Amino acid sequence: MNMIEVKDLHFAYEDKEVLRDIDLTISDGEFVAIMGENGAGKTTLVKHFNGLLKPARGEVLIDGISTRKSTVAHLSRNVGLVFQNPDHQLFSETVFEEVAFSMRNLGYPEETIRKRVKFILETLDLGAYAEASPFMLSGGERKRVALASVLVSDPKHIILDEPTIGQDYQQKDRLRNFIIQMNSQGRTVVIVTHDIEFVVDCKPRVILVSKGSILADNSYDSILSDRELVEKASLVSPQIAALMSSLTNLNFSPKILDLYHAKSALEQRFGEIVHKAV
Amino acid sequence: MKVIEARDLTFTYAGSSKPAIENVNLAVDRGEFVLLTGPSGCGKTTLARCLNALIPSFYQGEISGTMSVLGRDMSRLTTSELARKVGFVFQNPENQLFSLSVERDVAFGPENLGLPREETRRRVDWAMKITGISELREAAPYELSGGQQQRAAIAAVLAMKPEIMVLDEPTSFLDPLSASQIVEAVAALRREIDITIVLIEHRLDLASKYASRIIVMDQGRVTLEGPPSKVYGEEAKLLGIGIPKISMLFNLLRKDGFDLGRTPVTVEEASQRIRSYLEHD
Repeated sequence: MNMIEVKDLHFAYEDKEVLRDIDLTISDGEFVAIMGENGAGKTTLVKHFNGLLKPARGEVLIDGISTRKSTVAHLSRNVGLVFQNPDHQLFSETVFEEVAFSMRNLGYPEETIRKRVKFILETLDLGAYAEASPFMLSGGERKRVALASVLVSDPKHIILDEPTIGQDYQQKDRLRNFIIQMNSQGRTVVIVTHDIEFVVDCKPRVILVSKGSILADNSYDSILSDRELVEKASLVSPQIAALMSSLTNLNFSPKILDLYHAKSALEQRFGEIVHKAV
Repeated sequence: MKVIEARDLTFTYAGSSKPAIENVNLAVDRGEFVLLTGPSGCGKTTLARCLNALIPSFYQGEISGTMSVLGRDMSRLTTSELARKVGFVFQNPENQLFSLSVERDVAFGPENLGLPREETRRRVDWAMKITGISELREAAPYELSGGQQQRAAIAAVLAMKPEIMVLDEPTSFLDPLSASQIVEAVAALRREIDITIVLIEHRLDLASKYASRIIVMDQGRVTLEGPPSKVYGEEAKLLGIGIPKISMLFNLLRKDGFDLGRTPVTVEEASQRIRSYLEHD
């Protein structure tokens, strides 16, 4: 089953064209990262994935149904979208209430809500803030509250717009584990991100968007090791890829992006030399 | 000359039982580029608030120890006095830009200082040139890309001719290319003018090559400081800090018995070191 089918999508804000000729398919249970320069149209694209925006031309199908024939309220049961700026979605007096809101709306029993909210707050390292006001928290913490409030109702498809902004190394690691866990349980995960090293660690399929259209769509390593593509999309090469491609004349593969992969490639070479010397 | 000096500085926000920063000792020389990092809640932002006297004049709480900025004790400084000497750039430039054109935004600070029109004009031209946005003079901030907005925010701060510039995660919202260009532009300022930079960042790969010093904080204390290559080499003390992957690579190699020397901070340095290791053996 396809979670998302986008056919010949065009979209404009007033007379400014933001998306054109977008064709893409994301299957159920895939893990996809959408990357590209500021203003490329990434956020506009994902707002079509839960019906917040409707195509000016072309069609977007979610679980086989055109977003034109559906409402955001209906789509949001299956598709959870977390905005880039948490302040665009937070409004409750306490973190607990904020996170419980969507489940209350869906009419879950209080006991279920309490258990589920507690679980999600602890998973995202927010357990200590249940009774705090979301607006007293740091930017990174508010971002995680916004995440929790969408993830709590366990949507089938999850869309995260820039989830790593303001998160430190440990929180990012936690977030990555959680995303991978949800994905391995069969949920579709789509992230919009600038965080190249996060993508290297997550290893998703990458869709590069540039100036409103799709520039490339492939595995993370084919895209991020392609210097020309990386530059075109205003990204920079992952550090390990940059290092490895500077060593190609010593026969190291520029396709190595992973830290531990690089380590074993280097150690193998170092070992050969020691061997020769002996 | 020391532009920032803290001795046993401790601050506890009103209503909190735990100090946000505790016994911080710090001395920053004029012209340094300091990268301040540490996990969320480690006290970086609290320390930054001391640099423009938001603590203690705006945020209430209990303070002990001493802190001086530009040679004056913070207890006798106010935020408005420091505003012209210590410039702040934040994560989201949208919050800092409010005029109808970039030029008006950049001119706002100098005009508020009551500078003569000619001097204001000179500073605005200079600040826009140095940040590379001269051609955007007439543009409205909302028409700009994120990177251009952040450049405009930096220009607006520079037009005040600050002696210290504090940037709190200024590139979070930018694409990687714009982010590295912004950090490069900030680093280049040091060659043009006599300015001290304090950059607060989680993403260390971006700024390490420009930093003269890295200060790592954890739970309100300074836990590690020194030049980047030294700090990144101290793996054991770096729990929870995402050091650049090339630095991590060299630390892993060293652990396995391949010591390639000083922990590198740039890809070029790492590449060089691997080449000479392979050639020597």
